[in-house]
Amino acid sequence: MNRLGFRDLVNLAAYGLHARPMRAVLSALGIAIGIAAMTAVVGISSSSRADLDRELAALGTNLLTVTPGQTMFGKEATLPDTSVPMIKRIGPVQSATATGLVPSTSVYRTDRIPAGETGGLALLAARSDLLGTVGGTLARGTWLVPKYPTVVLGATAARRLGNVPSVYIAGRWWTVSGVLAPVPLAPELDQSVLVGWDAATSYLGFDGHPTTVYTRSADAFVEAVRGVLARTANPSSPDEVKVSKPSDALAARQATNAAFTALLLGLGAVALLVGGIGVANTMVISVLERRAEIGLRRSLGATRGQIRIQFVAESLLLSLLGGAAGVLLGYLVTGLYAVTQKWPTVVPLWALAGGVGATLVIGGVAGLYPAVRAARLAPTEALAA
Amino acid sequence: MNAVIELAGVTKAYPGGVTAVRSVDLTVAYGELVAIVGPSGSGKSTMLHLIGTLDRPTQGTVRIDGHDVATLTDRQLSGLRATRIGFVFQQFHLAPGRTALANVADGLLYSGVRRKEREWRAEAALVRVGLGDRLDHRPHQLSGGERQRVAIARAVAGDPAVLLADEPTGNLDSVSGAGVVELLLSLHSSGTTVLIITHDREIAAALPRQVPMHDGRVV
Repeated sequence: MNRLGFRDLVNLAAYGLHARPMRAVLSALGIAIGIAAMTAVVGISSSSRADLDRELAALGTNLLTVTPGQTMFGKEATLPDTSVPMIKRIGPVQSATATGLVPSTSVYRTDRIPAGETGGLALLAARSDLLGTVGGTLARGTWLVPKYPTVVLGATAARRLGNVPSVYIAGRWWTVSGVLAPVPLAPELDQSVLVGWDAATSYLGFDGHPTTVYTRSADAFVEAVRGVLARTANPSSPDEVKVSKPSDALAARQATNAAFTALLLGLGAVALLVGGIGVANTMVISVLERRAEIGLRRSLGATRGQIRIQFVAESLLLSLLGGAAGVLLGYLVTGLYAVTQKWPTVVPLWALAGGVGATLVIGGVAGLYPAVRAARLAPTEALAA
Repeated sequence: MNAVIELAGVTKAYPGGVTAVRSVDLTVAYGELVAIVGPSGSGKSTMLHLIGTLDRPTQGTVRIDGHDVATLTDRQLSGLRATRIGFVFQQFHLAPGRTALANVADGLLYSGVRRKEREWRAEAALVRVGLGDRLDHRPHQLSGGERQRVAIARAVAGDPAVLLADEPTGNLDSVSGAGVVELLLSLHSSGTTVLIITHDREIAAALPRQVPMHDGRVV
């Protein structure tokens, strides 16, 4: 028998929607909202991921940190003073540096602050090559002058202490020479006040034990270096050494967001389902209202199949319009959000294709039942309506 | 075989015990103009459905253009309606918002004719019914008589073997109604087989052959 051409079918579908534009817009809106929600969720999470990747690429993923763990008896272990030069001797290691915690010494804004109000800031002795290895930069001022009583404040520490020219440590005024920008790969530095290694030894009674060793190696050998770090840092008791990779921690933070993304995606799917039911509802009503049209088309020679495909096509077109609008809307929302966060806008192609594909499935499923009902309608019954 | 419509012993009973048509025999030859006339409830509409292959008889045989309706599938019946039968309804059944030309062209949608050809034939049909200057008018811009002419153009655009008109003047004033009857007469005189179903004895009297019906029987 004669089959309807593709263009004829599209025209038929458009005709049905055109006859009741308001209803078509409203039911397409349901689909659009669902698709927009899902596209935006995927887009925002991908954009944030892209931003992290960019950040990690800038920071490098070859930084490893070595910290003392605990001894067999549960006491705090220490790293040997020789650990930094030992680590530097590992072939692929490019640089190694350390900070050492100056124990039970606090930093105060002025000499009038009661001794109990320590502010929770760590006082760290820093090797002069610290910044190059951890990838830190100075927000303002200059780096430490070795041997002299000057300090450099971490970003958070600077915010807590305020814009002071000097701080009061262990009965002495220390000049603030600079303030660090936040250090993403070594966030512990943000809450610290840094003093020179030698100054710490001579003015603060620092014992010279490193408490954190930072080391960079050639990218290809990071895992190999990681494997030997503990034994190199403390050959006599490698079990008392903790080795970690800060870039992994950053990536892990991203992974915890994934669970939240899945939840939002589920909400989007629910919106989409509701939208699909809206389309099905619209189509059922449409079939009821258009019995006379169905009867006329049957008398003009339309087969049951042609009636069925007309209504399925109408439903598909309806959801496709909603889906296209939704994808566009979701993309816009992603773009807007990414711009405010200074992220790159990334909406994966699979999300766009998936959005449109999902609407096609929904349109087909939602339209099938009404279409089958329309096709089953006896021509005489349809004409009598 | 020169009968376009051949009904032999046709009975149509509906579930629930209503028998609308009882053992009717009717033969209409190609080129005839026939009126089926009778009061409401006489089975006229059922006759239209049976002759139009929209419904199948409970008993007896219906042959349209040589095809026994009982032996055809729903698809084949659709094909028969698309190419060999033209319908005109009391309520016109025009698509609102579509031009006269589009309405007539859509009548050929299911006959497997290409789009250009459909438009070309639709225009010819509209010229034939005297609406050559109304091609781009939408139904709401046309008078009742003009609307029925568009419907007639749609029915004859595919050059059917038989034109079935169900109360074609039922929704029209007497002047427009007379115009429509005149149009059907002129289509008949140019060779189209026309079957008009009406309760209006006056209209029926103006036609060459009448088939009066009462209580489901031809009397």
